[in-house]
Amino acid sequence: MTIAAPLPGEHPTISRLTLRRVAVWSATALVMIVMPLIFNKGFALSMLSQMGIAIIFALSYNMLLGQTGLLSFGHAVYYGLGAFVSAHTLNAIGAGKFNLPVTLLPLVGGFAGLFFGIIFGYVTTRRSGTPFAMISLGIAEMVAACALMFPGFFGGEGGIATNRQVGQAWHGITYGPQIQVYYLIAGWCFVCMIAMFALTQTPLGRMANAVRDNPERAKFVGYNPTRVRYLVLCLSSFFAGIAGGLGTINYEIVTAENVGVAQSGSVLIMAFVGGVGHFFGPVLGAMLVSFLQSALSSYTQAWLLYFGLFFVVMILFAPGGIASLLAVHVPAIRAGLFARLVPGYLLAAVALAVPLMSGIALVEMIYHLEAESEAGSAFKVLWISVDPSRPTVWIVAGIAFAVGVGLFLFAVRPLKAAWQSVNAELQARGGV
Amino acid sequence: MTAPALELKGVQKSFGRTPIINGVDLAIAQGERHAIIGPNGAGKSTLFNLISARFHVSSGQILLKGEEISGLEAQEINRKGLSRSFQITNIFPRLSVYENVRCSVLWSLGYRYSFWHRVSGLKDVRERAEEIVEKIGLSRRRERPAGMLSYAEQRALEIGITIAGGADVILLDEPTAGMSHSETRDAVELIRNVSQGKTLVMVEHDMGVVFGLADRISVLVYGRVLASGTPEEIRGNAAVREAYLGADAD
Repeated sequence: MTIAAPLPGEHPTISRLTLRRVAVWSATALVMIVMPLIFNKGFALSMLSQMGIAIIFALSYNMLLGQTGLLSFGHAVYYGLGAFVSAHTLNAIGAGKFNLPVTLLPLVGGFAGLFFGIIFGYVTTRRSGTPFAMISLGIAEMVAACALMFPGFFGGEGGIATNRQVGQAWHGITYGPQIQVYYLIAGWCFVCMIAMFALTQTPLGRMANAVRDNPERAKFVGYNPTRVRYLVLCLSSFFAGIAGGLGTINYEIVTAENVGVAQSGSVLIMAFVGGVGHFFGPVLGAMLVSFLQSALSSYTQAWLLYFGLFFVVMILFAPGGIASLLAVHVPAIRAGLFARLVPGYLLAAVALAVPLMSGIALVEMIYHLEAESEAGSAFKVLWISVDPSRPTVWIVAGIAFAVGVGLFLFAVRPLKAAWQSVNAELQARGGV
Repeated sequence: MTAPALELKGVQKSFGRTPIINGVDLAIAQGERHAIIGPNGAGKSTLFNLISARFHVSSGQILLKGEEISGLEAQEINRKGLSRSFQITNIFPRLSVYENVRCSVLWSLGYRYSFWHRVSGLKDVRERAEEIVEKIGLSRRRERPAGMLSYAEQRALEIGITIAGGADVILLDEPTAGMSHSETRDAVELIRNVSQGKTLVMVEHDMGVVFGLADRISVLVYGRVLASGTPEEIRGNAAVREAYLGADAD
């Protein structure tokens, strides 16, 4: 006696959703546990530690940008001040003035971040949009200036050095070996990720989205948008402070750079490259940017240039970040149409390799001439040995680049056509 | 004798030197459906903006259920039980229909700025939000981002957001503007339905809607109330016919 297909009711959907979430979080935890067993070299381990810190920091930033629509140029203030207070606390523990397990030190950073969030946020969140961005930049500059004016707290140019191996070892955990630090960071990272996700599911979290979309209407359903922004900023600075505390433990040094505008810009790039429209976007961004920052910089001096170009390309062609690039494929994959796109992607990738490699060659040759003008000019670009003193190399690379760009523009056409057919099919099947 | 649901005493508003509202006195009884009509530029929307504190009055008093509200912030007035819709659709475009409504019930159920409740686990919020979505006829559009709805659907959602908080004084600013005949008919039914037992004040251009819905009508011309009365009285008022209705009234 079934009458009709049941409407998508709340209860079955919710339990299925909960199940899916539990699966996703378990997988995340598993990856975090297993990663250092696979990548167990010292370099990889410190990179993974850096990623964990960056993930917390970037997610806390996205509470502002993605969730509440607040573009901040000064989020490192809370990270950095959390790190400084943690460093002083760690030194006090080391000197025996204070007793706290190092495991809980990130909480000190968190509360320091929260404290400054409560103070500075009260000023910044009076406004939204461009004025908010400008005031956040002003606060960042102010704190950076303070870092030079008060060397007692900020340690001047040298910063504050510290030692994480203090207090009594608990079950052999001294935080001496990097692997122990990694698991400390991973543990905090996991807890913070869950906490920040949970926050998006609360009344405040939902209203943050509402305020982002339409602050005026939020007033007319009873909410004060300024209050919503302020509370979100306070919570976000708490998590940024936790990241700062972990940074203190990981690097054992905090400098004025940590509160600086460059650090604030870096977290903005992480969130944006990853994608501010999805919760997991900044996680991807934090991992990718941390990877580029440490891996690319050891390969080439020009890494900042590549990094900048990559950011520009992302903003221009994928303003939703990596997360939205992945998300657009989900309907096609669900409908089993992804196979149609594969040849187009392969062709485009092959065509892209030509201008990419010749472009890299040109940049590296220019850098090489600038940096090492002395003799012995031959060097390697990727795996090919080139000698920038010979003009033929320049001509070949230049022609390859120009032809490659043209080739690429031509080669993306089948991909575009494939996308059109997939979209048409999806629409015909009644998808959105 | 209970206080009027809404009372305006000598309300004035100027933008710079330009007076828009020139001393409006108006009392709207509880449970009344009151329409405000008048030619373009008469100040109808401005009057709504003053009552709901989108703008603040230059002088005069506004009382909600006997309590002065002029000078309060928009959200404070909303919490006292006055809710309004907008002439130009004013929704949360990236949130789903259900989310739009859910955000609008949260405060009234006492969840305020809570960051310790899981919103999907709140039974009262869910039931209230689902009831509203059903009432405005958007159950099938529940999960769609509000910005992707059709115009008429967005207007229905606009009303849904307005009534979701359970306010007992409801201001609707041109709820049927830009709608086709059949859409208007549906909207009138919806308004009649949701305003039951409540005080309704609406600005409306469609005279069919006005005379079909309103218990009383006020005519606003050049920022003044020209006349206020039952639909019959307004129809029969010579000054109104001359100033506004013209020959159409016959």
